[in-house]
Amino acid sequence: MKTDTLLTVRDLSLQVAGTGREVVQSIAFDIAPGEIFGIVGESGSGKTLATRALIALLPPAIRVKGGSVRYKGRDVLAMKDRELRDLRGAEIGVVFQEPMTSLNPSMTIGRQLEEGLILHTKASPEERRARILDMLKRVGIRDPEGALTAYPHEFSGGMRQRIMLASVMLLKPALLIADEPTTALDAVIQRDVMELMVELTRAEGTAVLLISHDLPMVARYTSRIVVMEKGAIVEAGRTENLLEAPQHPYTKKLLSSLPFRGEARAIDMSKAPMVSARNVVVDYAGRRSLFRRGKAKRALQGVSVDIHEGEVVALVGGSGSGKTTLGRTIAGLVKQSGGEIRFQGRSREADWTDYRLNCQMVFQDPYSSLDPRMTILALVEEALRLVPGLDVSAKRKRALETLEEVGLGADYAERYPHELSGGQRQRVAIARAIARRPRFLIADEPVSALDVTVRAQVLDLFSDLQKRYGFSCLFISHDLGVVEQVADRVVVMQDGRIIEEGDRDTIFDSPKEAYTRRLLSAIPALDQNEKGGVTLKWRLEN
Amino acid sequence: MAAERKVGPNRGETMLRFILSRLVMALPTIALVSVTVFALIRFIPGDPAALMLGDMAQPEQIAEMRTELGLDKSMPQQFLIWAGNVLQGDFGRSIVNDEAVLPLVVSRFLVSAEIVVVAVLLASLVAVPAGVIAAWRQNSLTDLALVGTATVLLSIPTFWLGLLLLLFFGLKLGWLPVLGYVSIRDDLAGGMLYLVLPIMTLVIHEAGVLIRMARASTLEVLRLDYITHARAKGLSEGAVLWRHAFKNAFGPTWTMIGLILGNLLGGIAVIETVFTIPGLGRLMVDSIFARDYPVIQGCLLFVSLSYVLVNLVVDLLYPLFDPRVVAE
Amino acid sequence: MKKFTFNGLIGGILIAILLLSAALGLVWTPFDPMKLSFTARLAAPGADHLLGTDEFGRDVLSRLMVGARASVWIGALTVGFATICGTLIGLVSGYARGWVDGVIMAVNNALLAFPGILLALGLLAVFGANQYGIIFALGIAYTPSMARVVRGAVLSLREREFIEASRVMGNGELYTMVRHILPNCLAPITVLATSMFGWAILSESALSFLGLGVPPPAPTWGNMLAAGRPFVEQAVWLGLFPGLCIALTLLGINLLGDALRDKLDPRMRGLK
Repeated sequence: MKTDTLLTVRDLSLQVAGTGREVVQSIAFDIAPGEIFGIVGESGSGKTLATRALIALLPPAIRVKGGSVRYKGRDVLAMKDRELRDLRGAEIGVVFQEPMTSLNPSMTIGRQLEEGLILHTKASPEERRARILDMLKRVGIRDPEGALTAYPHEFSGGMRQRIMLASVMLLKPALLIADEPTTALDAVIQRDVMELMVELTRAEGTAVLLISHDLPMVARYTSRIVVMEKGAIVEAGRTENLLEAPQHPYTKKLLSSLPFRGEARAIDMSKAPMVSARNVVVDYAGRRSLFRRGKAKRALQGVSVDIHEGEVVALVGGSGSGKTTLGRTIAGLVKQSGGEIRFQGRSREADWTDYRLNCQMVFQDPYSSLDPRMTILALVEEALRLVPGLDVSAKRKRALETLEEVGLGADYAERYPHELSGGQRQRVAIARAIARRPRFLIADEPVSALDVTVRAQVLDLFSDLQKRYGFSCLFISHDLGVVEQVADRVVVMQDGRIIEEGDRDTIFDSPKEAYTRRLLSAIPALDQNEKGGVTLKWRLEN
Repeated sequence: MAAERKVGPNRGETMLRFILSRLVMALPTIALVSVTVFALIRFIPGDPAALMLGDMAQPEQIAEMRTELGLDKSMPQQFLIWAGNVLQGDFGRSIVNDEAVLPLVVSRFLVSAEIVVVAVLLASLVAVPAGVIAAWRQNSLTDLALVGTATVLLSIPTFWLGLLLLLFFGLKLGWLPVLGYVSIRDDLAGGMLYLVLPIMTLVIHEAGVLIRMARASTLEVLRLDYITHARAKGLSEGAVLWRHAFKNAFGPTWTMIGLILGNLLGGIAVIETVFTIPGLGRLMVDSIFARDYPVIQGCLLFVSLSYVLVNLVVDLLYPLFDPRVVAE
Repeated sequence: MKKFTFNGLIGGILIAILLLSAALGLVWTPFDPMKLSFTARLAAPGADHLLGTDEFGRDVLSRLMVGARASVWIGALTVGFATICGTLIGLVSGYARGWVDGVIMAVNNALLAFPGILLALGLLAVFGANQYGIIFALGIAYTPSMARVVRGAVLSLREREFIEASRVMGNGELYTMVRHILPNCLAPITVLATSMFGWAILSESALSFLGLGVPPPAPTWGNMLAAGRPFVEQAVWLGLFPGLCIALTLLGINLLGDALRDKLDPRMRGLK
């Protein structure tokens, strides 16, 4: 065995107790001290379970079937409870995906950070306090003193993830396991947290095991990567080699699923726009209580946007930018307190029935957007209920045709949503939206809940349908990669205002606003080569 | 990073606002409870004056009573007069023996309350740790045994359980008195003998409810990431369970304890009947038999208001287990 | 998972026995449950009278069967009453929101502020102590819980995207209510109605035990227990069997209710 490895995993297999189904199949990798090492895989690839096994923290239903995990030469799987507890935290730290639930809500930040120090060091109370304050400062908490007595709910998600990082790095572990550490965060904050993590671990000489579904993000920070599919490692190698010359079909598939810029299309902008929002203002009533007259929050501060016939306009921005509110206002789900929305040249209010027939929406969460008590066919048929001029049999025929079009054959018709995968459900949601042949579609983060490869398929489907029926579309997304693939024009929002808009190539190649540049710095530009590989180029913020 | 902290630094003010808002929120409930109690007695078919005077009353007596009760006034006026009297501590007088209602209700209430409070306290002490352990060892034999026992216990009606205990400890073994009641205020040791069985009955039943509740809420918490994170820090299972799981899981159970306390105060009549204890429940049932409406009204009002009060106290103490409620 | 189906099965069997004996009690009992027999007073359980006789020589088993009928009947009507009224109130409240909701919920919360059986006791004073008095009193006392659960379900469903999808399709509020919201409320309604059936049977027997329920000589488990109480020293079966019937029924309902909850809980169904 090489002496310079920190962690060695050999033939590690995990199985479900009872059924014996193998969820991780003889995986092997090494991590060197100070190295940043990546595991990439989609949901169900077993990547999270595999890393839980490294610190012997598997869910009760999962058992180790065989193999070994050696940390600095010691067999982790053979350790006693006592030894394991000395290892966890002190030697190997873990940061989880969900900053909202990773901190104990009923314990102050100070006490949670102190807990590890009390357990693993002999520092005096004064020393502990000094080290905690220093670490909180280093992760960018502006008022460390105040944070000590504060509770987690007083901080935003990004801040909580910084505190988590502080809590783990405080003990100067030799290895940090980061399981999807930024997936729940906004793109811009994601990058800040990742940069902070790299900076801190480099300073302490800590090795990082970075686990994510996001191949470009992992590639950006790691020197070596393994790709997992269905519990097995299908490919391993140096990051740039793996990206540029992938060997395994699954790696190739993952790479080809990354969003690429599509052909620029010519949109006829001379005609009057299909949908036109003029100076839309939306106020959310503040939470009122007996002693506080809630301040109304202005979510949209007079926003205007036009969508032309056959055009796909992408609305991008961070959370709280107002992009979703604008989409829902145009859909008629939120009442605007000012401004006007016009459809085909006249006010939307002039003919609601017509607007409803021609404007449809696809929602973000395919688990929540389909009535769980209706069959797939009934769901799509319901969309045709109010369409005039179709009799019952014509409606059924149209519904079945539409399902066929989104790739769900007749044998899916009588199934219920919970029997389908996330991607299939989103196909149903799309079928429901296009069954009416709407002139205009609002898609609110339609692919952000989906796995990388599924996302690519659904995006292809969307583009096909858009070409076939030529509907106009307002495409709301926080993921600029997806936007680059589908949009004709991009509108950037921040704090309820539009700060920049233009055709896609202009926005992506020469953004003017600093905020747009920050958004773009979070995603890579891809160069595809003939071997099925890619080269990532990261845009600079300035 | 404009707003790093979502809540202002002034935690004292937030807490004060929380307490005041909970107090004020209880007011409409108290008002509506009073209206309901008032209306309930007014819904009883027949003339309240005639009902109050009984079968032997003369027409002129009834007319006099009507004026005395203010029945010739409008309903809202009547309510205000009644409510005004209640606020001054005047709950009226018993039809049966002309006793003042409030002192009667209060003295009987104290008898019931000592049984209920002790029982709930003991049940919580036994059941909450048991529930937490069952959750910690989910699906193990310990868990199955605890949940099974709890389900059986809560399915046994208290009045039957009381009867069985009385039969066994009182009649068969002869260890404890079967009939009668001595207040612990008069004779501490002797009085306590009379309380053992009723308290035991309630503890057994309510422990069943609380074990399941504590188990369910602990399970909810054990799924969460911060428990795994606490383990990943290297904490021992004891520390994980006590410092991280228990405190967060106790909230719902705490609310449940408050509800049980109030429910027992309202439903203790059966226990008091089995063990012949002169408590509030028995007073209410006897008054229903005797059609003693002022006493019924007094009992209803007193118990429901103490229930509102208990839940208010439970609410106000809730932030001890979950600081998030203050901010909402 | 296995454990729950097993428990649910036991619960189902217990409830099936209850329903069968109640149904059988309609057409046939071993003896006439009302027939007095001074020769067979306080006869111990044996070949003649399987579960013995009471202080008037009436057959206990026959009376328990007729008592089962009373329990099931009162329980079913009470739950039916509370479910229908509570669901309607909850739907209207969650649907209307605004001040209508505010008023309905204020009254609802005031009724919920009466602990457990107390409101039923107060209502019994109004309706009078008899079978229908109990049904109305318990029905009214349980309605607020149902209303609150249904309203909660409606409010949380309104936030779901499939309700918004229905609005985007142009469906009317009433259509959305009936087609999407109501069917998705059925799970919590079923779970609560099952527990309520247990509460109703328990409360009915408690009230009968107190003498505020179905008046004798008509047998119910509660009043049999109350009537047998003075004789338990000589005739332990009089204190044993009626209570056992109530306990087994409640156990069955609790087990069945747990199984239903696990089955209908959305977290157990496909959702992550």
